[in-house]
Formats: sequence, structure tokens, C-alpha cells
Amino acid sequence: MNMMTNAAHLADEHEHHDTGENTVFGFWLYLMTDCLLFASVFATYAVLFMNTAGGVSGRDIFELDYVAIETAALLLSSITYGFAMIGAHRQSRPATLGWLMVTFALGAVFIGMEINEFHHLIAEGHGPSQSAFLSSFFALVGLHGLHVTAGLIWMAVMMLEVRKRGLGSQTVTRLSCLSLFWHFLDVIWVCVFTVVYLMGVL
Amino acid sequence: MFSLAGCQGGVLDPKGQVGVDEKTLIIVSTLLMLLVVIPVIVMTLFFAWKYREGRDHEIYSPKWAHSGRIETVVWLVPVAIIVILGGITWYSTHALDPYKPLDHEREPLTVQVVSLNWKWLFIYPEQGVASVNELVFPVDVPVQFRITSESTMNSFFIPQLGSQIYSMAGMETRLHLIANEAGTYHGISANYSGEGFSDMNFDAIATSDTEFEQWVTSVRQDNPTLTPERYATLATPSEDHPVEHFGSVSDGLFHQIIHRYMQNYNDWNEGPRHHDSAEHSSTDHPPAEQASVLPGSATPEEAQDHVATR
Amino acid sequence: MSLLGNLSLDAIPFHEPIIMGTLAVVGVAGIALVIALTVYKKWGVLWHDWLTSVDHKRIGVMYIVLALVMLIRGFSDAIMMRAQLAMATSGAEGYLPPEHYDQIFTAHGVIMIMFMAMPFMIGLMNIALPLQIGARDVAFPFLNNLSFWFAVGGAVLINLSLGLGEFAKTGWMAYPPLSELSFSPGVGVDYYIWALQISGIGTLLTGVNFLVTVFRMRAPGMKLMQMPIFTWTCTWANILIVASFPILTAVLGLLTLDRYLDFHFFTNDAGGNAMMYINLFWAWGHPEVYILILPAFGIFSEVISTFTGKRLFGYKSMVWASGAISILGFIVWLHHFFTMGSSANVNAFFGIMTMIIAVPTGVKLFNWLFTMYCGRLRLAVPVLWTLGFMVTFTIGGMTGVLLAVPGADYVLHNSLFLIAHFHNTIIGGAVFGYLAGFAYWFPKAMGFHLNERLGKASFWCWQVGFYVAFMPLYVLGFLGMTRRLNHTNNPDWNIWLYIACVGAVIILVGIVLQFVQLYVSFRQREQNPDTTGDPWNGHTLEWATASPPQFYNFAELPKVRDIDAFTDMKEQGTAYQQPARYAPIHMPKNTPYGILIAGATTVFGFAAVWHIGWMAALGLVGAVAFYLMRAYDSDVDYFVQPEDIERIESAHLQQVGVASTDRTGEVTA
Repeated sequence: MNMMTNAAHLADEHEHHDTGENTVFGFWLYLMTDCLLFASVFATYAVLFMNTAGGVSGRDIFELDYVAIETAALLLSSITYGFAMIGAHRQSRPATLGWLMVTFALGAVFIGMEINEFHHLIAEGHGPSQSAFLSSFFALVGLHGLHVTAGLIWMAVMMLEVRKRGLGSQTVTRLSCLSLFWHFLDVIWVCVFTVVYLMGVL
Repeated sequence: MFSLAGCQGGVLDPKGQVGVDEKTLIIVSTLLMLLVVIPVIVMTLFFAWKYREGRDHEIYSPKWAHSGRIETVVWLVPVAIIVILGGITWYSTHALDPYKPLDHEREPLTVQVVSLNWKWLFIYPEQGVASVNELVFPVDVPVQFRITSESTMNSFFIPQLGSQIYSMAGMETRLHLIANEAGTYHGISANYSGEGFSDMNFDAIATSDTEFEQWVTSVRQDNPTLTPERYATLATPSEDHPVEHFGSVSDGLFHQIIHRYMQNYNDWNEGPRHHDSAEHSSTDHPPAEQASVLPGSATPEEAQDHVATR
Repeated sequence: MSLLGNLSLDAIPFHEPIIMGTLAVVGVAGIALVIALTVYKKWGVLWHDWLTSVDHKRIGVMYIVLALVMLIRGFSDAIMMRAQLAMATSGAEGYLPPEHYDQIFTAHGVIMIMFMAMPFMIGLMNIALPLQIGARDVAFPFLNNLSFWFAVGGAVLINLSLGLGEFAKTGWMAYPPLSELSFSPGVGVDYYIWALQISGIGTLLTGVNFLVTVFRMRAPGMKLMQMPIFTWTCTWANILIVASFPILTAVLGLLTLDRYLDFHFFTNDAGGNAMMYINLFWAWGHPEVYILILPAFGIFSEVISTFTGKRLFGYKSMVWASGAISILGFIVWLHHFFTMGSSANVNAFFGIMTMIIAVPTGVKLFNWLFTMYCGRLRLAVPVLWTLGFMVTFTIGGMTGVLLAVPGADYVLHNSLFLIAHFHNTIIGGAVFGYLAGFAYWFPKAMGFHLNERLGKASFWCWQVGFYVAFMPLYVLGFLGMTRRLNHTNNPDWNIWLYIACVGAVIILVGIVLQFVQLYVSFRQREQNPDTTGDPWNGHTLEWATASPPQFYNFAELPKVRDIDAFTDMKEQGTAYQQPARYAPIHMPKNTPYGILIAGATTVFGFAAVWHIGWMAALGLVGAVAFYLMRAYDSDVDYFVQPEDIERIESAHLQQVGVASTDRTGEVTA
């Protein structure tokens, strides 16, 4: 997954002149394909969410308050990433690193809470094997979670890179790609929150 | 090609109204398309010959690459053909809808069809009998097939009678056919379903009313009952299964087959029961029903056995 | 759980003489190859100049080598199936039991589409597209190398299944519930999943790469509506790749979860829905056939306009027709399962949508016709393939529209009529197109000509063999024979099955001749060099380079003012001009990380097939580690110095000059 998410980002090593834009455009295209990947899983969820096979449905297991905190952490992390980018464009290493760390922490909170939610559900006997609804729930939310995890790993690597190499054009291009990725995951999460949690509880 | 395929046994040698209509549809559509296909092939060969290298007396205009008139024609000709064919398609798809009961003076005979690995089970709910790999029905009487599968997906198909339809576990599909000529027709599964698929054949025997009654009577006599236990034995995979008859069938077996996955699940799930739709308990509905938003989805099986409306 | 998961010696099919024989042959050939490489000291060349290359032209050649190797594998499957069906008539069992036969037809489909047609198409695109738009390389050269190795990784997995375990016995679509663990407990479907998944990711990256290339790296002056038509059709195909392959990734991922972690997406029980798989699969699968055919259409357009010595008739129509085909290709997927019980309205809608695709396709045929009109057609090998295509594909298109009529599909669905139809379009369309492109660009890529006589002989075997092999299948479809039967018992069918088998043998001769042609042409390469770089008097920029092209493609980026950019240059007298001085060219260095990343991913796939936990973790961590190493490798590029460029360009122009005096001004008109 990490490899996929970073894929289009690979290129900028080759040609330093004028390729930053190519890289960002390529990465944006990759994000569109990722969007379609999510769309397919969303479609699956939409088809299967009522197939509870006599077991629990969303209303029985979702805790909106909990998910709201998760959501807040992730949305906030998008804003803090924005500050990191401002820092990067100002060529301020401490600001960039500081905000990246805050972003990383918020992302880690999100992932930690999600893992906890999953663990809780499975422990209560509502694991993905119980019904098609639960399968598609775990797959959709889990796919997003995997992306966020990959984003966190990428972010950790970028923090090291910024620390060691400063904010050269290649590094800023990479930070821009990660920025696109991170905001994209936010948008996806808004859809997940709406389609899965809100509509599931209503 | 039509003359070649005119020999017995195929879809171009139909023995029932559905098949006859489909044959006509194939021929009409093909002729319509040949109106453009033949000129294209002829022009391809002719232009390639006429403008080949070395024929310097022919016109050569290397920069000529646009002609509004020609472009209009080449867009309009296919459009015209497709408009006509589209009309035919719209009409014929509705006329030949496999779910639509046939317009016929006689009441249809209902046969419940179950595909198993790798054989066909035919249950006659009105007659209370069942048979394996042998489908007997009266000629000139419409037959309503209600089709499901025990396990993998198959396709119920008697080429000489017309349309086929998939059989899928946990849901019911329907098909209406008629034989207008007595005879024994080859019945197959037209969707690959695993190792024993090639021998998943059955004889579809269209007989007179009296012969059909005789067959039912003979099956009723000295043949075992198809109980759920007996069915479970039958459901174990077997290849090239011989014809078997059952003199009686336990009540609601067909519905049990459709619902078995749900029931299995409820047997061990005693957790909180939540119902997706207010008026139905979830056991009444196979999983497939909720999926009917999908294009290509089958009609849900209704537990109360009334005709589903789509 | 043992150290090797489910893998043990039992996985090797010692009891299957056919497989063991094949393995022995492959083993001997492999050893021979290793010895040859060692004796001729070619390991270094192979590694440094090819396997690690980021040059799009070399990657293109490697793709085509992969495609040809997999063609042998896929065709072996095909001829085994035809032989089985010719033998197992009238109740006979034949020589292939269902256990083996079912793997063969599954492997045939997967290999021919994913590992023969796709690499062939992507290979030709790699060779020609960047040259056609006057670019020095693709946007992301390393990514291009990585994509190639992902394709190889998938191919390696599918071939491993021959000797270790089994391949899927589900048909190439792997429909659940048959492909679920309960009905396919073996490793076959797992090989299928990981082979497709890994190569699919490679294809997706290729799509992204080439779209960025086309949208951002065109030569100065080249507007979108001045791109060569092959570039255009590839662009549409890449848009389709980017829009459809994620769906394949998703659907395979869901099937993986079902099989590995007991999820219930497509199972019969616990509320799963197999119809979801079928819909998603074809939402990818139908665009996929246009991904295969559109670049072939582009090749035919190039070939026809080049060999008639004319501009392409109706360029704009062609571009928009391709676009219409691409977009419509996304809203017709349901025609693959009219017999699933959809309502008449739904079936009729999808049927009519499918037919509408015949309109832009028909327009294309007419445009090729009118390109020939008032031209001077040279009947070279690429032209033969094109003419063969125009006749054959028209028939295939007609039977396709017939199948799009739901009422007709109700009796023809899944029959051999369907098999005949899609072979008619895929062989008569895509494969003929790739072979036309192969003959057309071969001198460009390799620097010498293919043997014309053997090429023509091969074409005629393919063409005749195709009709002999597949017309009987149309008849058999009408006779009610369904696909994937292992044996038959109907005397009426026998004669057609025999004829079809003969047809397959004729195609085999065609394939053998193709390889003989390669061999002979290679032996005679000194006698038949392409010194001009422009053997066919071409229209587009790839012919402005040497054959094989300079590794930097263009010493100076060409300035484009016309669709037929190179023809325009030749007419204006601006072709073959040298600037006062050259600027240094920035180039990427070759790198082994493509092989390493894809190799580690393939190890992961293999471990996943056999449930070998430690190996899977190793593969995954390895892939990420190699990726990071690549990302922080600073030794990735260099500059070609002006004096080197000067030397290479002058040598090329001198050759062109010699050739043009020999050919009395034919080249520089």
C-alpha cells in the first residue's frame, strides 16, 4: 500500500528541472485512481450494508460520539498539515517539522481510535466474518485506515528527510504530494463518516 | 452459415415459440447489419486493389483528408442502422423477457429447478413429484420455471426451446418456455460450474398431456420421498448423475433451499436482532433481495409464494 | 504450520506427464539460455543495458519479449484445448481430465489478455508514443521500469502455478461463489488473485505515467489535436486504464478478504452477494477490451496513412470516435450477463448502449477506407495485417452487435458463438493490430528490417487459420454447444470440432513462422539495416530519429506545426537539420530498484499464495525498503555532453545522406 501511495511520487529523482509539476500532476492522477478504488468499495458497502444476515446493523454498533472525536482529530490534522506546508514554503524548517509532528500525532490518534474501535467490535463478536454488512464495513473503514497508516509512515520518513536535507525543491514537492494525499484522505473520511456512520445510525 | 446450422438440435432449429421468435430476431438483425457489413468488406478489398502501388493512372491526392459530405454519410449510415436495430431491440427485449408469462390459453405448469453440483433437480409443486436430470412436461403448455442453485452459479438452458437464465444460490430467477412439438431436447448448464460441469445434462421431454399424466403417476408409485435429508445426500457433488425420481417432496423444500444460508446463520446467532425493513423479519428475505438495487440482480424470492412483481 | 506454509513437495504434479514434460522442456531451455549468456558473456549487457534500463524504447522491447513468451504459453493452452475437444467427441474422454483442462482454459484466458495482449500493447506504446510526441522519455522513467517488472512478477506467478500447485479452475473471470474457498479450496484462485493484482498495479502506474507524458511533455507547438492518432488512441486507452483498473484492484481485494480472512462479500452465506463481483468485474472487464483494441485502431490508422502515402482521412472524427468508444465502454458492462434476470428495461438499455458503440467503430472503418481512397497503397506486411483486420473485425463487430440484442443473447450467451465473437475481435482486432505495429515499428526499434516473405507467410497462416479455427465455433454456437465443455457427445458437432482443431494448427504454423522470421531477420541483420531511420516514408516524429533511436531520442526537441509533423518537416526542408550547437541533455541513470521492488512484491505474492507468513512479511518489508532506498538514492541522473551529441547526430545524418543518395531522393523529397 505504501508503495502504491507513493508511486507517482517516485519520479522527481530523475529530472530536477521542471519536473516538480509533473510529479504533482502525476500524483494527483494517482489520487483519482485511488478515489475510484474507494468508489468501488463504497458501492460494495451500499449494496451490502443491509445484508446483516440476522446479525447487528450499524445502529447497534456505531457510537457517534466516539467517531466524532476521531473525525475531529483527522480534520484538524488537515489544517495542521496546511500550516506545515506554509512553513515549508517559507523555508522554515522548525515550523515545518513542528506542524508535521502535530499532524502526525493527530493522525496517530485517529488510527489508534480506529484500531480500538475494531478491536472492540471483534471482541464483542461483531467481526467481519459475521455478515456481509460487517465485511463491507471493515473493508471500507479499514481501507481508509490503511491509507492513513501509509500516510503516517510517509510522514515520518518526510520528517527525517526535512531534518536531514532541509527544504530543497525535491523535498517540498514530496511534501506537496503528501499534502494532496492527506487532504484527499480527509475528504474520503468525510464520505465514510456520512455514508457509514451518520446514515447508518439514522 | 444458416444453412449449415440448419441441421437438427441447435438454436436455429427451435421447437417452441420462444425459440422461434429468437431465431427470427437473430436472422432479421443479421440481415440488417449485413447491409453495412458487406459494403465495407467489398469496399476494403476494392479500394486496396484499385489504389495499390503502381497503378499510376489512378488519382493520387496525398493531402485529401477531409470531406464534410463523406463524413456526414459515414456517421449517418451506422446511426440509421443502429436506430432501427435499437427499436427492434427495445421491442424484442420486452417481448422476450424471460420473466414474462407466455400469452397462452392454457394455464402454465410450474417447475422448480435447482442446480446442484453437478446435476439438475426438477420439483413439480403442483404434482408433488420430483426428478433428477429428467424434465418431462406437456407439449403446447407454457412452463414457468422457478430457478435457484444449491451452490455455484449455473445457467438453465434448453437450446431448442429458447432463452436461458442463471441459477444462483439464495435467490430465485424465472424463465417461461413452451414446446410446440413433442420430442426429447437436450438440456444443459450454460455456465461453467466446476469439475463435473460437462456432464451436467438433462433430457427435456415434451409429451402429450396423457403421457405427462402417466409419467407423473409412474413417478408417484414406488419412488422415495425427497426429504431434506435425502436432498442433503443428493447435494453432495456427483458427476454424470443418473436419472432419479421422487414420488413425493417435503413441503416447502424449494424455499428451504433458497433460505438455507440465512437459517444456518440464525441458528447460531442469538445476538441482538435488528431488522432492516420494518415490516419483514430478516429471515423472510434472502440476502439477494437487499441487493436488488444492482443491475443484473435477480428477483427476490417471496416466502409466501406469490408472484413477485418487479 | 510448517515453515513453508501450505507448500510441500506434494505441490509438484509428478503424476501429470504433460506438465512434467513441459517443465522439463522449460528447464532445458532455461539452462540453455543461461549457458548461452555465459558463453557469449552477455550477462553484463543484459543487466546493465536492458533489465535495469529506464529507456522507454528498451522497456518497450522487453514488454514485447514478455508478450511473445507468454504468447507461446497461452497458445500452447489453446492448442491443447482444441486437441482435447477434437479427441473427446462422441462420449470419449480425451486426454485431459477436467481437473487439468479447467486450469488450462482459465490460464489461457488470463494469460492471453493480461500477459500477452496487455504487454504487447504497452510495449508498442512504450516504443512509439514518446517518440511520436517528440519527447525524450516518459514523464517517470523509473516508474516505467517498475511497471514492467510488476507485469513480469505477475507472469512469473502464473507460470509458477504450472509446477507448484495448480492454477484456478474457475474460468478467467473467477466468478464467485465458485472461486470462493468453499468451492475452490486449492491455491489456484490465489495464484490468479496475486498474479492479476501485481500486474494490475503495474498497468495502473503505466496509465498514470503515460497520461502525464502526453499532457505535459509534448514537443513545442504540438497541440492536443495535432497528436499522432496512435498517441491519441493510446491516450484514450490510458484514461480507460486509470478509470477501470482501480475497480479490478478493489474487486480482487474483496475476493482476497473473502478467501483469506473469512469475509462475506461474495459468499452464498452470511449475506454475501456474488452478483456484486460480477458487476464490478465487468465494470473493469469491459473497458479492458477497449484498452486492448483502441491502440490497435491507432496502429491501423498510422499504417494505412503511411503506406498509402496520404494524410489520415477524418482525423477529428477518429479522435472523437475513439473518445466516444471509451466513454460508452463504461456503460455497457451489463451485456456480459443479460441472462442474470434483470428487467427488460435494464437489459434493453444496456443492449442499445452496446450497439451505439458500433457507430463510432463503423465510422473508423469508413475513415480507413477513405484514407485508402485516392492513395497509393504499398502492400507491405503491416498493410496486410490491416486489410485482414478490416475484413475480419467487421464480421466480429457484426456478431458482437448481434450478441448485444438481449433476445439473441438469451440463446447465444456463453455459447461457442460468443467464443468465436470475442476471438474474432481480439485476434482479428487487437492481435492483428499489434502484429501490424510489430512489423511497422520493428525497424525503428531494432535498426534492421524483418524478412518480408516470412512475414507475409505468417500473415496468411494467421488469417486463414483464424477463419478455419473460429468460423466452426460460430456454427457450434448455433448448434447449442456451450463453452468450457471438457468433452462432448453429439455427433453433429464432431466435424466442426475437427475443423477448428485444424485451424488452430494453421495458426500454430503462423506463430512458428513469426519466430522463424525473427530468427532469419536477426541472422540477416547486416544485409537489411535501416540506415535512414525512415524506412516507410513516415508521417510522424518517430521516423525523424535514427533506427534504433538515439538513447536521448531527440538532440533538439522538434518544433511541430502539423499533425503529420515529420512529413511537414520533410516538405519544408527542415528535416535532418543540425543546429549550430547542441545543449547538454539531462538523462536518468539505469537502476536495479525496479527489479528489486517488483521482485520483493512477487515474493510477497508467492508467500501469500502458500500462506507463508514470514516470507510474506519479508517481501512486503523488502519492497518498502527498496522503495525508500530508491527515493534517497542521489546518483540517479547525468548529462549527455554536446560533443557526444554532435558525434552521434553527425554519424546518423551521414548515414541518412548516404541512404538518400542511394535511393535518389526518396527520403528527402
